[in-house]
Amino acid sequence: MTDHPPKKPARVPRPEFEVALTDATAIGEVERPLTFGERIVNNEAVQRLTILVGLIVIWELYARWLNNGLLFPTFSETMRTFSKDIANGVLIDRTITSLRTLAIGYALGLALAAVLTTFAVASGIGSRVLSMLTAMFNPLPAIALLPLALIWFGLGTPSLVFVIIHSVLWAVALNTMIGFRSVPETLRMSGRNVGLKGVRYVALILVPAAFPSILAGLKIGWAFAWRTLVAAELVFGVSARSGGIGWYIFQARNDLDTATVFSGLLAVILIGLFVESVIFRAIEAHTVNLWGMQR
Amino acid sequence: MTAELLEVNGVTLQYKTPRHLVTATYRVDFLVHQGDRYVILGPSGCGKSTLLKAVGGFMLPAEGSIRIHGREVTSPGPDRMMVFQEFEQLMPWKTVYQNVLFPMKVTKKFASPEAATRANAVVDKVGLSEFRDVYPHMLSGGMKMRVAIARAMALEPDILLMDEPFAALDALTRRAMQRELLSLWNQLGFTVLFVTHSIEEAIVIGSRILVLSAHPGRVRAELDADRLDHNSVGKPEFGILSNRIHTLLFDERHGLHAQGESRA
Repeated sequence: MTDHPPKKPARVPRPEFEVALTDATAIGEVERPLTFGERIVNNEAVQRLTILVGLIVIWELYARWLNNGLLFPTFSETMRTFSKDIANGVLIDRTITSLRTLAIGYALGLALAAVLTTFAVASGIGSRVLSMLTAMFNPLPAIALLPLALIWFGLGTPSLVFVIIHSVLWAVALNTMIGFRSVPETLRMSGRNVGLKGVRYVALILVPAAFPSILAGLKIGWAFAWRTLVAAELVFGVSARSGGIGWYIFQARNDLDTATVFSGLLAVILIGLFVESVIFRAIEAHTVNLWGMQR
Repeated sequence: MTAELLEVNGVTLQYKTPRHLVTATYRVDFLVHQGDRYVILGPSGCGKSTLLKAVGGFMLPAEGSIRIHGREVTSPGPDRMMVFQEFEQLMPWKTVYQNVLFPMKVTKKFASPEAATRANAVVDKVGLSEFRDVYPHMLSGGMKMRVAIARAMALEPDILLMDEPFAALDALTRRAMQRELLSLWNQLGFTVLFVTHSIEEAIVIGSRILVLSAHPGRVRAELDADRLDHNSVGKPEFGILSNRIHTLLFDERHGLHAQGESRA
């Protein structure tokens, strides 16, 4: 660096200054509410609806072009069958049967998951047991347990409930454990600082702090359960009168009534959409979104 | 009752990492009196935060004893409320008001109408009444810290334990918070045990300063700083004390190994 001295630019003198503030009233309100149009475009429900309508239009156009009701009925024909079966109560009966079984299985699955995770939080052994069990059973498809369930519980609701519990339990337990582990140490300490211990500590600190993860587990558990249930109903019609929505689809296939198959599938999808975008959305809006834990 | 509130006697603290057994402090003694602003000052690695955690009851000493009002500290408890450095000590699922109310509800120290009044009063006192029903994620760092302090004080603990509470704040907010803490202390006269690695903060905040050396933490000195506050910054007295502490912390002639650390 000795042969060429550092090039230091000559300092141009710059005057210091102080000025009065520029008048900013020209932009109007500094904070302005969005217009109605802007809010419509940003609305999630509106966006979802637009996507739905788009899909329906594609379906209708393709089915008309194909013109084969046995392979691919049009949207309008499916809707006719759908509304007919809703009106005569068949589809509603089937759906209620399915949802009742689902509710029992889901509730029992959650209760078991709560017991297992509390046990796992309480002791090192418990946590080892739970992680072993989830590693073993989580990858096991619930449907694969159906034959075993049939041997144990026979043809009927208990078998279905058993496979649903299996599909809910591990997903929820696994996510809850992951959530508990990621609760910040400072938050744990501020809970213990006020003397919280045991079940109260889990309920008042760990559960709300891990709620984003628990909610994800609940969602996965729900989807697994619903899927498993419909599939299990397809495999065996419990009895013609008390079958669920899977049985409704299976029967329609036997009659080569494709429009009814479609309307059954439509019902499965609609229920899925409802649970996801109404029930779970509402829970999210009142919890993790409100608390700023999730965007 | 004597003026002595907290008695730390020959405390050695050790904790295990996956590979090592680390000795954080070695035979540390000190006494905190009622109404003290007692500051523990030291370079990073002197075990000052660990010491505070032990007073909080989050870890037990390997040797020695910690007594508060003569009772041995064995577990965390609401008589020693902690304020942490991290902002995530607030419960994100509770509003400012609910966060302040929570310890009073859980410990049942106050009947619920009284707890509600106290919570409102203390939220008011730290200047957050406008943000009473807001969730923590919408607050700035300084505001979150104020909520944490309010929450701890509302419970009227025997001693307030503060673990570098202002370290994560920007310089301007930190100064404002230091002033606020001092004015709250002037109004309420609580006892606080304050950990910091900043010499200036120690002098401004503290009435007594315990200087620790590093690796492992041992007592180097206990100094008086009651006369000095923000207004003394820049005065010769302040400079003299500051230099004295600096020498205590970093001078090799006193048999300490050079830390090579410039953060003080």
